Amino acid sequence: MSAKAYALYLKDFRSEIRTRYAVNSLAMFVIVATSVILFSIGNETITQSLTAGLFWVVIFFSAMSGLSRAFVSEEERGTSLTLQLLAAPSTIFSGKLLFNMVLVFCMNIVITILYSALFDGFAVRNLTLFIVSFFFGNAGLAIASTIIAAIISKAGAKGTLYPVLSFPILLPLILTSVQLTLMSFEGASFSDAKFELSIIICYDVIMLTASYLLFDFVWKD
Amino acid sequence: MNNYLLQVKDVSKYFGRRLIFKNLNFEISNSGILGVSGDNGSGKSTLVKIIAGISSPSSGIIVHNDDGKEIVQEKLHNYIGFVSPYLVLYEEFSAYENLSFFSNIRGIKLDRERADFLLEKLLLFQRKDDYVKTYSSGMKQRLKFIFALIHSPSLVILDEPTSNLDSKGKDTVYQIIENESKSNIIIIASNEQTDLNLCKREINLQDFKIK
Repeated sequence: MSAKAYALYLKDFRSEIRTRYAVNSLAMFVIVATSVILFSIGNETITQSLTAGLFWVVIFFSAMSGLSRAFVSEEERGTSLTLQLLAAPSTIFSGKLLFNMVLVFCMNIVITILYSALFDGFAVRNLTLFIVSFFFGNAGLAIASTIIAAIISKAGAKGTLYPVLSFPILLPLILTSVQLTLMSFEGASFSDAKFELSIIICYDVIMLTASYLLFDFVWKD
Repeated sequence: MNNYLLQVKDVSKYFGRRLIFKNLNFEISNSGILGVSGDNGSGKSTLVKIIAGISSPSSGIIVHNDDGKEIVQEKLHNYIGFVSPYLVLYEEFSAYENLSFFSNIRGIKLDRERADFLLEKLLLFQRKDDYVKTYSSGMKQRLKFIFALIHSPSLVILDEPTSNLDSKGKDTVYQIIENESKSNIIIIASNEQTDLNLCKREINLQDFKIK
C-alpha cells in the first residue's frame, strides 16, 4: 500500500471524524439489529448454527448500511472529479479499500464483543480458527463492498442497488464464513476447516485482483 | 519554458447516439494560451475533460508528451491543473487542510511557501484556516485556482475560469493566467469574451467540429 493511498485513507478518516457519514449509520444498525434479534429470541436458547448465521447476517447488513459511503459520499458531494485529478485509479481504490478495511474490522470487533456478551450460543472453542476466518471473511467483505460501492456510486438508485448487487457477490463469502464460524464454535481443527479456508482465501484473492482490474473502467466516465 | 506537447488526434465524442464533436485535430506545445469557444452544448467542457484524462473519447487519441516522452495515463494527473465550476473541494476541511491533503495524495510534500504565495495572491490568506463550507462561491472558485497550481503543472486547463468571480477576482485570475502562460500551456474553455481575449490562439467548436 503506497504512501499516496495512505494519505487518501487519512483524508477519509479525518473527513469521517468530522462528518460521521458512515460510523453513525453503522453504529445505529449494529445496535438496532442486535436489539431486535435479542427481543425476538426472548428466553429461548438458540443453537450454535443459528448464532453463527445471525452473527453474519448482522455483519452483512451493517456493511450494506455503511461501506458504500466510501464512494457514494464522494459522488454525492461532487468530489469524485477532484480525486480523479489527484491520483491514479489504483491509488484511489487502495485508499478507499484501506478505509473500508479499518471500518469493517472495527465494526465487526464491536459486533463480536456484543455477541459474545449477549448470546450464550456464541462460545468459541477454537479461537485461532475463529480469528483466521474472521480476518479473511472481513477482508473479503471489505474488498467486495468497496468495488461494489464504486460501481453503484455512478448509478441512480444507490441505496437499493447496493444490497441487491452485493448479495449474489457476497453470498459465497457469507456462507463460507458462517460455516467457518460454526466450526470454530464446535472446536474443529484447521485440517477439518481446510476446504472452507481455501474457499475464503481464494475468494479474497480473486475479488482483490478483479477489483483492481475493473476499477479503472468503473472510475472513469 | 517547459517542453510539453499536447496532441489531439481525430477525437470524437458521443453521448449515447448524440454526437458532441467529431474528428477534432489540433496541437499545442511549450507555453501559451489556447482558447476553446463555442455555443452552449458545443462540447467545450467535454473536450477539456477528455484532454485532462477524466473522460474518455469515443474515438481518437490524446497524446501528452513531456521532454519528448509520452506521459502514461496513470501519471497524467501530476502534469495537469484543472479549474471548473463543477469541481468541488472538501467543504469539511479548511483551505490549508485541503491543500495539504491534495499534496500528500499526489505524493509530494506541500510547498508551504508556494501555498502561502498563492493564498495571498488569490486573497484567501486571511481565511486559510476556515472551513471551505464557510466560503462564498467566489472564494471557492479562487481556491480552485490554488488547487490547480499548487503542484506547478505543465498544462493548466480552465473551464469557465471566471464564473462566480467579482471584478477584483477576475483581474487577479487574469494576472495569474498571464504569468503562468509564460512557462506553461493554458487552455481556457469559455464563452466570456474577456476570458478569450487572453488567448493567443482560439478554436471554435461549432456544428460538431472546429470552425
